[in-house]
Amino acid sequence: MTDLITEELVVLDLVASDKVDATRQLAAKLQAAGRVTDLEGFLADVAAREAQMATGMPGGIGLPHARSDYVTVPSLGLARVPAGVDFGAPDGPATLVFLIAAPTGGGSEHLTILAALARRLVRPAFRQTIIDAPDAASVASYVQGEVGGQ
Amino acid sequence: MKFVAVTSCPTGIAHTYMAAENLEQAGKAAGHDVQVETQGSAGTVPLSDDVIAAADGVIYAADLEVKGKGRFAGKPFIDVGVKKAVHDGPGVIAAAVAAVENAPKAGTPEAAAMAAAAPGPTTKVTNDAGVGTKIRQWLMTGVSYMIPFVAAGGILIALGFLFGGDEVVTKLYGGTYDGVTYADTANNLPAAFPKGGNFDLIMQQAGFAGVLFVLGKISFFMLVPILSGFIAFAIADRPGLVPGIVGGLLAAVLNTGFLGGLVSGFAAGGVALFLARLKVPKGVRGVMPVVVIPLVSVFVVGLFMIFVVGKPIAAATTWLTDWLTGLSGSTAVVLGIILGLMMGFDLGGPINKVAYTFATAGLTTAIAVESTGQAQPALQIMAAVMAAGMTPPLGMALATAVRRKLFTEAERDNGLACWLLGASFITEGAIPFAAAHPLRVIPSCMVGSAVTGGLVMLFGNELRAPHGGIFVVALVSKPVLYLLAIAIGMVITAFLVIVLMSLDAKKTEEIAAAENAMEGVPA
Repeated sequence: MTDLITEELVVLDLVASDKVDATRQLAAKLQAAGRVTDLEGFLADVAAREAQMATGMPGGIGLPHARSDYVTVPSLGLARVPAGVDFGAPDGPATLVFLIAAPTGGGSEHLTILAALARRLVRPAFRQTIIDAPDAASVASYVQGEVGGQ
Repeated sequence: MKFVAVTSCPTGIAHTYMAAENLEQAGKAAGHDVQVETQGSAGTVPLSDDVIAAADGVIYAADLEVKGKGRFAGKPFIDVGVKKAVHDGPGVIAAAVAAVENAPKAGTPEAAAMAAAAPGPTTKVTNDAGVGTKIRQWLMTGVSYMIPFVAAGGILIALGFLFGGDEVVTKLYGGTYDGVTYADTANNLPAAFPKGGNFDLIMQQAGFAGVLFVLGKISFFMLVPILSGFIAFAIADRPGLVPGIVGGLLAAVLNTGFLGGLVSGFAAGGVALFLARLKVPKGVRGVMPVVVIPLVSVFVVGLFMIFVVGKPIAAATTWLTDWLTGLSGSTAVVLGIILGLMMGFDLGGPINKVAYTFATAGLTTAIAVESTGQAQPALQIMAAVMAAGMTPPLGMALATAVRRKLFTEAERDNGLACWLLGASFITEGAIPFAAAHPLRVIPSCMVGSAVTGGLVMLFGNELRAPHGGIFVVALVSKPVLYLLAIAIGMVITAFLVIVLMSLDAKKTEEIAAAENAMEGVPA
């Protein structure tokens, strides 16, 4: 199975005007890696999900996500946003943005991985390790190792 | 404290699991055990029944409808939505603790009321069970909803006989009694349904006893639809209810008995489940549950019941009647045994009805020529059929009294009612048992009824009334021997049921205990 996250999908110092901009920048990375076929279509699916309920999570996390027809393999785009970007969380702006892209069909295996990721997000140590990581490659390998994929 | 929680969210990939993790950690931090069932897109791993049983309270952090909510019925709960669980785990746990502390103590009337007010109809189905267990759970769900109808209908009918005598049937459904001719108040509708304003006619002809009798009959008419409907409900959840009930009504109207109801219940459940799982375009999805699934499932199950089930049963009934008529010349005892087997087989279903109709038809001609003073085989046949129809419920009543642990609380209660139903020759009283454990109960009923039928023919008892049970025993010749024959059949049926159910007694007891636990009754 393709890794959920690779070095190319990590942005260490993202500067974004708002959550739409942050999401778009990360989605572009997914598209560049061939994991998203139609950027606008995918962003529309994410926006639709975002409209249901803000995805700002406690602990400075923005978690835009969608299951979309335009996603080829389950993927995670990850950005550190030192300046913060508002994702609607009650406790303040997000300094970590995780963009989860899941295909609509497919087996439950990759969904199990995404479930494991969602559980990790709640743990402070997981977040801190990402913030402290020296480079994109170590972020990717740490996250990939944590969620159980090879 | 121990909590169980259910989390879900619209996409099923993020909030569901974050909320789960948050609740588990917040629970641990506060010294509580929290077990979470994540109903997300990665599939649901259901909480085990043991975990649910041990929980003090339930946390719903779900933005979608909770699957299998009935499993948590009766426990104190809080419903917070998934967002609250993601953002404020400790707050949710604190609220759950408060809910448990403020809940009525178990065993108090308030707690019982809470259990009774469980949200919506529930099923006895656990998701992780094997096929055999599932089939049994589907059956038990149908049976548990049917039992109150048996009790209400059977007792009302018995009261109708008690106050109105066995002639209440003639007064209701037409015929001549004591020189007076009565019209059929049911017209050509199924005997259970009095037509519109005909309640005036019922009161006029049969009085209050007639009304009791008709109320009982209407309750009885619902046995098969309810059985069928809730088997389908257990299989396919809400979409199963409509085809299950309509199929069950057809089973009742087509006189296929409770066995026909089992068939329609399983057919309806299967069809509804299939339709509910179909992948359909988004545009159609909205009208699936309210239009497409009910329409298609009723159509399919209805045609199936009419042509695949109803037609052959009607043909078989005709054939069986002819065959039985041809047997009239054979040895009396053998005929009694055969009639007994038929009475005990489907307990008010088509085969039972063939035997009963055979007996009542003979009765009519026998009474017409009754001046000769000779022994009347037709009167003996009537006596044998009635006795053989009394032993199944009586045998089940005895079995539930002797070996309580083999039965659920609801079945034990039904067993109590069965004393009265059996004594009143209301064979249907045994249906809940036969529907739940067909392979054990039906053979037991058949053997007991066959022995009783044979004995009555041997003793030569004669009966001039077509129904009435214990209320017409005074009309039976040699009543002591007649009661003896019934008692022997009753004991045999009870004995066989206990033996057959004890074959895997441990499992049967476990299932009964588990179901009692779900209903909140002590073993």
